Amino acid sequence: MDNKQHCKELLSSISEYIDGSLNEQLCAELESHLNGCDNCRVVVNTLKKTIEIYHDQVSQDTAPQDVKDRLFVKLNLDDYMKK
Amino acid sequence: MTEQEIDSLNLSALKQGNHSELARMVTRYSDSIYRVALGMLNNPSDAEDILQETFIKAIRALPTFEGRSSLSTWLYRIAVNESLMLIRKQKPEVAVSDDEFNDSNDIDSFPSFQIQDWCCLPEKDFMSTETKSILDQSIQKLSANLRSVFILRDIEGLSIQETAEALGITETNVKTRLLRARLKLREELSDYFGEYLNKENQNG
Ligand SMILES: [Zn+2]
Repeated sequence: MDNKQHCKELLSSISEYIDGSLNEQLCAELESHLNGCDNCRVVVNTLKKTIEIYHDQVSQDTAPQDVKDRLFVKLNLDDYMKK
Repeated sequence: MTEQEIDSLNLSALKQGNHSELARMVTRYSDSIYRVALGMLNNPSDAEDILQETFIKAIRALPTFEGRSSLSTWLYRIAVNESLMLIRKQKPEVAVSDDEFNDSNDIDSFPSFQIQDWCCLPEKDFMSTETKSILDQSIQKLSANLRSVFILRDIEGLSIQETAEALGITETNVKTRLLRARLKLREELSDYFGEYLNKENQNG
């Protein structure tokens, strides 16, 4: 990494880049850096993958049925609970 | 969970305490609220307490709900606040200096970066139960401040603005914390999958 300072600057906008909320000019600068810098490309790709895995795995979790049953009882809404 | 879902809840019925409408609200949001609480506290019994407390408080406060944020953002906000209160009660010593970084945007304060490309691993390796437990462990290594931002934004899918509303912080702070949380989790997963890759290569 001969261009270390540049890499660090890039990393501070990496999050917005991934979210697609980076302005056009910074985005173009960043992409031209990525074309020439393998390390940063790996960081971007593995960061994207990290977020993707979390989203795919964890956002599917649900509350166990017995937890939901007790919640409805606690709230006096058990008559309205859809089984 | 977005408000523009199929059939929206009837807010005035909720405010009047209509039981069947309240039950619809609880049904719709209980999974998300439980997920947030479990992510924050890492303990199913604490998460259940937070789940109950969140809806008890919400139902009590609904008549005064002004709708400045969406109902879901408001519920998230109650759940995160309840979680943080419990964390403070359980571990008063970590709650105070909760962050290893301050909120400045100083990239130099980041640890070194792992440069191993593990994106190419097969999809099934990412969806395994072993990976799931690494994900859970890694998220627990974040400070509560970073954790709450990551959970709301990247797991629950709130926008930056909604996350800021739910946490009562600025959008700039959300972005800063989100960057740190994401980079930190990437390091954790790189440690794990990097080793995993090395083992695979040795075996075959
Ligand atoms: Zn670079």
